[in-house]
Amino acid sequence: MAEREQIKKQAPARSDEAAVEEVPTTNKKGEELKAELDDLLDEIDEVLEENAEEFVRSYVQKGGE
Amino acid sequence: MAIVKVLGLETEYGIIIRGAADPNPIAASSTLINAYVAELSRRVDWDFEDETPGRDARGFAREGAMPPEVETHLVNAVLTNGARYYVDHAHPEYSTPECANVYDVIRYDKAGELILAQSVQAASRSLPPGQSLVVLKNNSDGKGNSYGTHENYLMDRSIPFARIVSNVMPHFVSRQIYTGAGKVGCEAASTGGLQVDFQLTQRADFFEEEVGLETTLKRPIVNTRDEPHCDAHKYRRLHVIVGDANMSELANFLKVGTTALVLAMIEDDWFTRANREFTLQSPVSCLRKVSYDLRLERSLDLADGRRMTALEMQWEHLDLARKYAEDCGMDAVGGAEIGQDILRRWEETLAALESDPMSLANQLDWVAKYRVINGYRERHELSWQDPKLAAMDLQYHDVNPARSLYPRLGLETLLDPASVLTAVTEPPETTRAYFRGKCLQRWSSSIAAANWDSMVFDLGTDPLRRVPMMEPLRGTRAHVEELLSSVSSPAELLERLGS
Repeated sequence: MAEREQIKKQAPARSDEAAVEEVPTTNKKGEELKAELDDLLDEIDEVLEENAEEFVRSYVQKGGE
Repeated sequence: MAIVKVLGLETEYGIIIRGAADPNPIAASSTLINAYVAELSRRVDWDFEDETPGRDARGFAREGAMPPEVETHLVNAVLTNGARYYVDHAHPEYSTPECANVYDVIRYDKAGELILAQSVQAASRSLPPGQSLVVLKNNSDGKGNSYGTHENYLMDRSIPFARIVSNVMPHFVSRQIYTGAGKVGCEAASTGGLQVDFQLTQRADFFEEEVGLETTLKRPIVNTRDEPHCDAHKYRRLHVIVGDANMSELANFLKVGTTALVLAMIEDDWFTRANREFTLQSPVSCLRKVSYDLRLERSLDLADGRRMTALEMQWEHLDLARKYAEDCGMDAVGGAEIGQDILRRWEETLAALESDPMSLANQLDWVAKYRVINGYRERHELSWQDPKLAAMDLQYHDVNPARSLYPRLGLETLLDPASVLTAVTEPPETTRAYFRGKCLQRWSSSIAAANWDSMVFDLGTDPLRRVPMMEPLRGTRAHVEELLSSVSSPAELLERLGS
């Protein structure tokens, strides 16, 4: 643990705390996030592959590059 | 001084014809690209008849793609945006034109998605009933077969390759925490007993060596392919095969932006000058360790005995990059403004990953994908092995917006959508791709072949005339726009160029 602390100290000071605050969803409450996810899952339900098993089984690629 | 990082992204797309008895991916890829090319010429033919009658109409040229290059039998088109669109092995591949900054390269990569989507639409019209064409911008079929997304960075040939390898390796391993496109399950032969339900990247399972020439077997973290497509005495093209195809514009921006910056630092020997190095004891196993670590908490062993997480390693790189920017400037990555954008977005992303990776569900591919798939799994009480989840993983990457999950997840965008549309047909203005694209727009019927480093004109008189383009930053709009607008035929252009 001491070792980890030492590395932490070397890590740079975050230049600007405000920038960190700007990350959009960080401060959202858990419930709000869950509601958002529920809406999203409802919305994508209609485009989800109906025959998932067949789709996954048939999707075989040759290696590339 | 570091040279300007001219950039390019190549993507092999996954392809399948559903409902076909014998789905031949090579034939499917050819059909796809031919359909796109045919549609472009049809559209222009219509314009021609409607608006500019007469075969000798000045400046008329079949818009869109040119005929296949002479040296290959597979479909191989060069587009008016300067990109290359062709069949590689059993995949359709789109290579962006050369770009002089990270915003341009992610714009042209995104334009590639639109081109593939248009191709699917065009090719689908000729499919028999009951068949449909699915094209995915991902890197794995989930059954142990991988196809690549390659990044290209122009570098100074005089820099020792060993220095590039040792200095860039830790970045390639640790950047996965924001570059990963996410994947359900695991395709590595062994995980050492670790259960991997979901991982950060598509590609980590497929890498077995640290350095090497291969791209299809025993894939190396640092690829040694040495094919600069420009003046080989001055330049090297670093061909990076270790990354994922990104749907997220931010992930793509960070993948290329931070790597371009790190490579500029290597050219200026910044790691040595700062007396900082992060040599990993075992980079190949670390690549997977990072990819399997959704909580970003596992430490990696360094050769000097220290241990640090990928996130800590990224903070160290950012710290060094910031000092580098103060000392050496950001000309190599497109100037101060773009350079500061890279630093700012890099820092914001690391800070968010540190506080709560899930807070980036609207920013990064792997987080967005994990959130929606895991949410679906919990709602329906499915096991991670359920094919519905594997199907969702594939569907995230579908280029068809009607089927794709990506556009439904509300990820933050960095690009103006109108500029992406423009990039489908217009070349970038600040590299030699401008000359290539503009010549193709006007005179494609007189161009026998277009390559990265030359154009070959057929003026109807022997011999064919080759225009070399050995400098990626010559042939820009600033260099040739006036020339191009002052000539009325390819013959006149060649005369003025002295070719």
